[in-house]
Amino acid sequence: MDYGVSDSAGGHPKSSAQYRAIKILLAGGFGVGKTTLVGAVSEIRPLRTEEPLTEGSLRTDSTAGVEGKTTTTVAMDFGRISLRSDLVLYLFGTPGQQRFWFMWDELAIGALGAVVLADTRRLADSFPAIDYFERRQIPFIVALNCFDGSRRYDTEDVRLALDLDPDMPIILCDARSKDSAKEVLITLVEHVLVTASEEPLSGIA
Amino acid sequence: MPSNDERWLDAEAGPVVRPYALTQGRTRHTGESFDLVATVMATRMFADPGSLAPEHISVLQLARIPTTVADIASDVDLPLGVVRIILADLRELGLVVISTPVVLAERVDKHTLREVLNGLRGL
Repeated sequence: MDYGVSDSAGGHPKSSAQYRAIKILLAGGFGVGKTTLVGAVSEIRPLRTEEPLTEGSLRTDSTAGVEGKTTTTVAMDFGRISLRSDLVLYLFGTPGQQRFWFMWDELAIGALGAVVLADTRRLADSFPAIDYFERRQIPFIVALNCFDGSRRYDTEDVRLALDLDPDMPIILCDARSKDSAKEVLITLVEHVLVTASEEPLSGIA
Repeated sequence: MPSNDERWLDAEAGPVVRPYALTQGRTRHTGESFDLVATVMATRMFADPGSLAPEHISVLQLARIPTTVADIASDVDLPLGVVRIILADLRELGLVVISTPVVLAERVDKHTLREVLNGLRGL
């Protein structure tokens, strides 16, 4: 039961509180097609962010005068899909390489869910992402990007190989196709909806 | 006359101004932290823009309509950490309000989820 007073009942105040931004993560190994999928379904936007300076680079980069500087710049992309004027979906591709893992926590906070994009030729590359989302109880699905020349596996074989629950959606996709990328996102949101129906929501009596 | 788009230095040479020079070397922002998709909105136009750095003014102008931290960082083409510091400065001056997105995974609302589904199907 929600005891809150509904804002919308009294009209539509023009405030930032009514602007809803939803975050979905796209994870998977290097070169699995994350950026391709984001680009197929949304407007890609560049984002510069920081990576902690390693001890090696601290020795070579002069930090005299900026002793507080502990990071160096790295580039990443994100996608933006305007669903309504006040509802926008953001797709963040989580960098696959292990040295970028520090960014995952920042990206994962408040995420609605995640898509683990996998290549059947390199299934093991998706283990870290699956472990990560399972540990943090972030709802996710697995999408198998069907590359030219890759063997078509049965999704149930993949489920076995990845040790995934029977109710975890696994779908085949073509990261280059808009319709296919759309289907991946729809499958995830449907999964989130089912997961939300099963468990009582925390914080709501 | 070379156009403004032409530069003597390419990206390989690195930025002409070190990004953190814009923040006086600060790498952490003040106050409460905020998400990448937190919404920023300007409260009012600043009476004396002369006292703000150009980057602060650019960020403030982008926030005239509700805009996310990620979009602002992309538009001003500055590293996210620098943009966070600028935003926190503006918040401290009372020039912007930064609100956490309503839709967080842990308090997901089904009505919004259905709106998202309908929106995706209509793409």
